[in-house]
Amino acid sequence: MRQPLLLLLAVTYGCATGAARPARQAGPGPSPTAPAQQATGDSTSVDRQQYPSTYQRHRNAPVLIRNATVMTAAGQEISNGSILLRDGRIAAVGAKVDAPADAVVVDGTGKYVTPGLIDEHSHLGVYAAPGTEAESDGNEATNPVTAEVWAEHSFWPQDPQIPLAIAGGITTIQALPGSANLIGGRSAILKLVPARTVQEMKFPGARYGLKMACGENPKRVYGQKGGPSTRMGSMAGYRGAFIQAEGYRRKWDKWNHDHQGDPPDRNLKLETLAEVLRGDIYVQNHCYRADEMAQMLDLGREFGFTIRSFHHAVEAYKIRDLLAAAGTGAAVWADWWGFKEEAMDGIKENAALLQQAGVRLNIHSDSPSGIQRLNQEAAKAMYAGSRAGVPVTRDQALRWVTANPAWALGLDSLIGTLEPGKMADVVVWSGDPFSVYAKAVQVYNDGWLVYDRGDPAHQPRTDFELGQVPPPGSDR
Amino acid sequence: MIALLLAQTIAITGGTVYPVSGPKLGNATVLIRDGKIVAVGAGVAAPSDARRIDAQGKWVTPGLIDGASQLGLVEIGAVAGTREGTLRGDTIAAAFNVAEGINPASVLIPVTRIEGITTALAAPSGNLVSGQAVLIDLAGGTIEQMLVKSPAGIVADLSETGKAEAGGSRAGAADRLRRVFRDALQYERRRPDFSRAQMQSLSASAANLEALLPVLHGQEPFIAYANRRSDIETALRLAREFKLRLVLAGAQEAWQVAGALARAGVPALVEPLDNIPSYDALGVRYENAALLAKAGVKVALMETDTHNSRNLRQQAGNAVSYGMSWEQALRAVTLSAAEIFGVADRYGSLEPGKVANVVVWSGDPFEFTTAVEHVLIRGEEIPLKSRQTELLERYRKVPPAY
Repeated sequence: MRQPLLLLLAVTYGCATGAARPARQAGPGPSPTAPAQQATGDSTSVDRQQYPSTYQRHRNAPVLIRNATVMTAAGQEISNGSILLRDGRIAAVGAKVDAPADAVVVDGTGKYVTPGLIDEHSHLGVYAAPGTEAESDGNEATNPVTAEVWAEHSFWPQDPQIPLAIAGGITTIQALPGSANLIGGRSAILKLVPARTVQEMKFPGARYGLKMACGENPKRVYGQKGGPSTRMGSMAGYRGAFIQAEGYRRKWDKWNHDHQGDPPDRNLKLETLAEVLRGDIYVQNHCYRADEMAQMLDLGREFGFTIRSFHHAVEAYKIRDLLAAAGTGAAVWADWWGFKEEAMDGIKENAALLQQAGVRLNIHSDSPSGIQRLNQEAAKAMYAGSRAGVPVTRDQALRWVTANPAWALGLDSLIGTLEPGKMADVVVWSGDPFSVYAKAVQVYNDGWLVYDRGDPAHQPRTDFELGQVPPPGSDR
Repeated sequence: MIALLLAQTIAITGGTVYPVSGPKLGNATVLIRDGKIVAVGAGVAAPSDARRIDAQGKWVTPGLIDGASQLGLVEIGAVAGTREGTLRGDTIAAAFNVAEGINPASVLIPVTRIEGITTALAAPSGNLVSGQAVLIDLAGGTIEQMLVKSPAGIVADLSETGKAEAGGSRAGAADRLRRVFRDALQYERRRPDFSRAQMQSLSASAANLEALLPVLHGQEPFIAYANRRSDIETALRLAREFKLRLVLAGAQEAWQVAGALARAGVPALVEPLDNIPSYDALGVRYENAALLAKAGVKVALMETDTHNSRNLRQQAGNAVSYGMSWEQALRAVTLSAAEIFGVADRYGSLEPGKVANVVVWSGDPFEFTTAVEHVLIRGEEIPLKSRQTELLERYRKVPPAY
């Protein structure tokens, strides 16, 4: 669906298009809900707080959802199960859970409960609706290496696509720069909640990702603008950037260690790349073709980092053994293919074959439409596997849109499953989430009821929508 | 070879049959001979020479029809040399019929048909008047063998993209269409004067004016893309003024004027999963298809991503999720589409005399769990193979055995 949009994006700017360069952040601020400080503190180039999260958990009464089918994404599917959310955490999950006296009790009869869905690849906020040039902020297509740009500095919290994604059960996204550039910039890991500023959405403690892109898009964008114009030119571009970053890192690591003399000059591009070298920023790599992914694995080996996840990865099934051995994940679509040459070999069994080989995969959207039904996309990929004799369990398929993207973002200790102690990111579905007929009826983000299909008081609307988009009662 | 295959008699037995033209039939048989359906019902006996397809426990429906695609007209989206749907150079491209651009060898065709889509509109795009769409079956070695109806309608674009072709104003687009319609009618009255160059110049070429006449005489549908409510109303106004057989496409804000569409008898081609607001349709919403159907508008569904035309099933399932009845949704991907494109005498339902485009499903065609078990196009069983199934087989083991 929405292929014309995709094609437009691919040809002009989008993701199935662009990228920029990474920079480095000092330790993110302390989090009210996420004590785990995942980015390291002392490897930073400069000793100052950079662009901290101001996210605050909303205070809510405890919520007990009972009598539902609880799919934990941690190996269990509990019929007539219950789950208790308290103080932004999952307090208990099981067949029998006692509710505190002040708990709001939700009857889950006939309903299903899953962790909040996580989209590892989104351009919400950076390619906002209504899709004008004025809101097109996803590709800093002025240089093939723009590691210095950060997606959060483009992100528009009033993007009317945000409430649509929330209504689809999404609780966390990675908002990425596009794929125009070899190195496109830092991603933003965001709690998908209504907010005035992106800082209020930044996932506390989350490490940044670095968007990189292989293949057709950088060639197309820079082929007539000084290059790279070939895939070999692209490889040289990544290598040159990381060679510079190695020198930068050495200088700063030395200074951080001995504080002798003036600190080295800051370089915003190299700060981010140095953080990749230190392992504090994960590489999130747009890459379609199997042979190119193998080249990128070698690039990681040359510079001592592991690519966290190949995105789009339509040919990942061809090298699933190499990915499994490298410990690199894959973020794939259920069935997109054919919109460009490097997407011609997409098959519906890609996800199932990756699962079978032990690759940590997730189903991503790269689409404001697809993000609204990641559960359906996971279902398609699961059943396609089963039909082809590559069986996938329901728990595994659920993990494709919950625990596995949480891992890809380095947040799997905090989100992605329904286990006590995890953040209370929870979706209540009208039926089996792998059915085309199921819809999210309630979405809790950190214990906050951010969406309730049956209650207009819990159907957030952006400023953009007021006075110009449809009347109450619609799912818009 | 083809004659031999067509002579085959096939009996699909024991399934739950959804004829669409009538209520579902339990434990029924669909009997096919010479590419046509000859009998449908519980009491139909299979002749002894018939090849039997056991459909016990299965669902049997007509092949699905995608109300908008560019199947056969595009191979690789980003490779211009493989795209055939847009004619450059003439914003009134009424004479442009896409048929000869169709590539019967397109790898998209097997990918699509093995998931139960047997027929699709292959439509032109771009320009103010995009050209002539054709209806094709997703089988056949030549264009002639694929064609179901040519033209199936003339496509025009009254949306935001269309106005750019008419000077940048919506009013300009409507005015341009009016002028060209009037010119076509004048051309028809004064062909001899035109050929002697004894009349003032007209706003389109003779070929394009000629091509518009069947639309202006109500013989062919005028398929107008329009999304904003005011654009839909403009399309209705044009249809009244020129007595067009209007078919709306896109129609994202049509739910706001559903009653008017129903009263005017104007059908709509909609994509249920459209809901991203743009300035062309801030009121786009998931319930569009359902609200139109409820108001009595004839609705057919589209999957506009040609490579994933197979996701028409998912579109239909979501239309049900947002308020269409299941029966309405099945009709919207079969008989209603056939009616809109003027082929309901041959397509869209399981009835004696109709072309045998039939699908046997393991269950509800709209559900993800459901597998396609048999696809018949014009009475011929289609092997469930595509370039994608070949890739799967090659890579079942890595490294593959080449």
